Formats: sequence, structure tokens, C-alpha cells
Amino acid sequence: MQAIVNISYLISVILLIRGLRRLSHPSTARNGNMIAALGMGLAIVASMVAPIEGGDNNYVLIIIALALGTIIGLVMSKRVEMTAMPELVSLFNGLGGACAVSISMVELYNYQNAMAMGETIPIADHITTQMAMFVGSVAFTGSVIAYGKLAGKIRDWKIPASSVVNIVLLIIILGMITYRVIMPDDSFILPLVIMTISLVYGVTFVQPIGGADMPVVISLLNALTGVAAALAGIVYGNQMMLIGGILVGSSGTILTVLMCDAMNRSLLNVIIGGFGGSSGGGAQQGDQVVKEATMNDVAIMLRYSDNVMVVPGYGMAVAQAQKAIKELDNLLTENGVNVNYAIHPVAGRMPGHMNVLLAEADVPYPKLLDLEEANEALNETNVTLVVGANDVVNPAALDDPSSPIYGMPILEILRGQNVIVMKRSMNAGYAGIQNPLFFHEKTRMLFGDAKQTILGLIEEVKSLG
Amino acid sequence: MLYMLVMAIYLGFELISKVPTVLHTPLMSGANAISGVVIIGAILLVRQSASNDYLSLGLGFLGIVLGMINVVGGHAVTNRMLEMFKKK
Repeated sequence: MQAIVNISYLISVILLIRGLRRLSHPSTARNGNMIAALGMGLAIVASMVAPIEGGDNNYVLIIIALALGTIIGLVMSKRVEMTAMPELVSLFNGLGGACAVSISMVELYNYQNAMAMGETIPIADHITTQMAMFVGSVAFTGSVIAYGKLAGKIRDWKIPASSVVNIVLLIIILGMITYRVIMPDDSFILPLVIMTISLVYGVTFVQPIGGADMPVVISLLNALTGVAAALAGIVYGNQMMLIGGILVGSSGTILTVLMCDAMNRSLLNVIIGGFGGSSGGGAQQGDQVVKEATMNDVAIMLRYSDNVMVVPGYGMAVAQAQKAIKELDNLLTENGVNVNYAIHPVAGRMPGHMNVLLAEADVPYPKLLDLEEANEALNETNVTLVVGANDVVNPAALDDPSSPIYGMPILEILRGQNVIVMKRSMNAGYAGIQNPLFFHEKTRMLFGDAKQTILGLIEEVKSLG
Repeated sequence: MLYMLVMAIYLGFELISKVPTVLHTPLMSGANAISGVVIIGAILLVRQSASNDYLSLGLGFLGIVLGMINVVGGHAVTNRMLEMFKKK
């Protein structure tokens, strides 16, 4: 029996690897997801039949739990709006972390009982179980906070001296874990305290990070859940969990690094909170004025352009403007205008956020240009429509060394002839940095809700005949 | 175990070194679903518990439900996203 279980685990691992591999290519991605799901299913079945020592199996309970989780998971994933995708992914991620916490707490409790009976628990077990509990806790509350922020349920408030608080908490947690490893006793109070502080740390770790840094945090939390699963795998001596967890941990790390590179910042810098934390920076724009355009002006400009570039940002997601944009795109395309989309890697609040939304609106994927392609194409662009993007088009990143985002690769939309910026108000972007683009001579502003503005433009373009 | 650990880390990095931006979200959410593999620990925990060990059973039950939401929800959501990419 054990042999069959081992082979099943091996096949599952191969399926997971194959699935992940296929997930990273556009044409095979869907199939890859199916393969990975199959691998997970097989692994779950194998763990149900694996021979165990002692215990009552409790199959009824397990099957009820599996069914319950399946139903909840399916309902949540079917009901979610595409715009709410980032928060759902963070929430799911948090649940995985919570699962790791609950099993490692039971394991720690069992250690305590065993120690009360005079048994000795190996040091390695103490370390890995507590680390699984710690990392799982951070992933859990961190993801819940990320979920709350993305869903707009938690406001961005600053924890005073958050980086000091975080470092102190981290030292306390690691100190307590070390103490427990060196001086294990049969009291269960310490593990409970460690868990509580770890849960708090997850909150204080993620709370100060916001805005444009969200994609980095989300992929980092994803990696952490993977690490928690891998640590739990070591606790259970289960290679399936170990490999699955590590695969997620390393792929999550790569994605995190990609996101950081896209902003030209180090991970440490994001965590300590350079963006949200730094105030000021950037040249004072004091008495400069912006130029407003009318719908009619913009409609004429668009209608008689050769090349139009759309630059979507988080504002598009908030206004749910993607379908209206696609409609405008269709209308302009009928009139012989070439419409493309410039996608910055960290536009939105989740890696690849804009791609998902535009795909939902049926924008063909070859129209979505990445940073380099877009900057190339911008040389030939007549009109650039900025829909709710801000920091990713801020020219201060290119030429203002005092700006907090100096050095971050941006979409260089001033290479084009005209820029139309759709914005709700003149408030600074999420990062709180003033954007000289708005005051540039090539730029005209269209204030208002992005979706309403675009619907208005569609009417204007139609009336031009 | 250490051997496996190193191999898995290496493999993870090799697998995902170059990913087009379009796939960042599905890849992340697919990987997220895989991190639900921790559910295996919860299943083993419940199976190894005595049927009157309510603490283990309770937390284990909770773990299985949460892990399963992560696995099923994660894969389902990824599939939904990829379905949209397909029709082009």
C-alpha cells in the first residue's frame, strides 16, 4: 500500500510541475491549470488511503470537511466579479496560511502532551513546527489585511514607526521560538503567545504597505504560504507537501522579484515602505495650472488619429471602465484608427491585473503591449489616453532625482504627440507623489468617472459620423 | 529530505524564470491553489487522531475546510481567468 501511495505522490508532483510549466505559457495555460488540479486531487486521494499508525481515520468527518470546502470554494470563485479578483486571490491565500497554522498548533499541542509523558521531542521538530506556525500566521493575517485593503474595507492608516515596530516584533517572535527550542517545557502558554504575536506581526507587516506596492506584497504573501506548506511538509515527513510548498515558494519569490524589478526597487525597500512612507519629494508644482479638454475636442482628436494608445491603471478597475474602453476601441477601429494598450507591469493592484480586466472585455491579447513594446510604439502615437493610471506614467521617474520613484521604468507617453489624462480629481496618485505629466504642454485633462467619460466620448465620436 | 528541498527550490526557479505579463495573475493564482497542498497535513492529522480527541478533530476539520477552499477556489478562479484569455 505504502508503495502505491508513494507512486501516487510522485505522479502528483510530476503533474504539479508540468502544470506550473504549462501555466507559464499563454497557449497552454488553461490546460496547465487543469493538470495541476488533477495533481492536487490525486495527492488528496493518496493521503486518504495512505497507511497510518494509530488513529481512528475519521473518514466521515474528513469527507464532510472536503465537501464543505469544495462547495464554498466553488461558490466564491463563480460569484466573484473580475474586478474583485485580486482580493479573492489574497483571501484564498490567507486560508491556506490558516490551515498551516491550525495543523501546526495541534502538532505543538501533541508535543506538549508527549513531553508531559516524559518523551523528548527532537530539536528539529520543535524548530520546523514553530516556523510553520509563524510563517502560516503571517501569511494568514497579512493576506486578510491585503484582502481588506483591496476590497476597500480597510483604510490605509499608518502605524507610527512601523518599521521599528515590525523589527521589534520579529525579534520577539524569533527569540521566543528559540527559547522554546532550547528550553521546551510542558506549558502550552508560550506557543499560544507566539501564535498571537505572529498574527499581529502579519497585520503590522502588511498594513503600512499600500497602493502601487500591492502587487509585490500579494505575490510575497503567496510565496510565504508556500513556505508554510513546505515547513508543515517537513513536520509530517510528507514529500508531497514539501515539494508542492517549495514550488509555490520559489515561483512566488520570482514573481515578487519581477514586480520589484518593474519598479526598480529592492524588496527591502518595499517592505520598509519607501513609497507610502516618504512624503514630499518631487518638484513643487505650486502655481502651475492644468489644461482641461472638452469631450468634443478629444473625440475629434481620437477620430482623426492614426494611432491611439490606451494606458490603463487602477482607476480603470475602480470605474469598471474596461468594457466601455473596448466599445470605444471598436468604434475607432471601424474608423480606421489603430488602437493599442500599453500595460505597465505594476499597473493595478495585482501582478497582471490590467491584462485580466481587458481580457474580460474581449480585448485581443496581441493588442496589449508590454513596457518595451509600448515605449517603442509611443513614438508613433498621435493620442495617448491615460485611464486612471498615474505613477506608472510619471515622468519624474526619468528626470527628477529627488522624486521617490526616480529610476522606476515608466511608460514614456510624452514620446507621443498628445496626452489625454482621465482622472477623478487633481488629488495626487496613490503614492502621494505629484505628477508633472499633468502640467505638461502636451497634456489635456478630462475630469470625471472614467467609465462615464468614455461613454461620453463614444457618443461624441458617433455624432461626428 | 534536504536533497529534495534543494531540488524543489531549484526546480521552482527554473520553471518560472520567464513569464509573460499576461500570465502573472493566472500563474500567481494557480500557484496559490497549489499552496493548498497543506491540506494533506490536515487530512493526515484527522486520520491519526482518536475519535474522541476533539481538539485535534476540530482544528483538523477547520484546516481541511480552509485548505479545500484554497485548492478548489484557487483552481476554479484560475480557470475562469484563463477562459477569458482563450477567446481571442
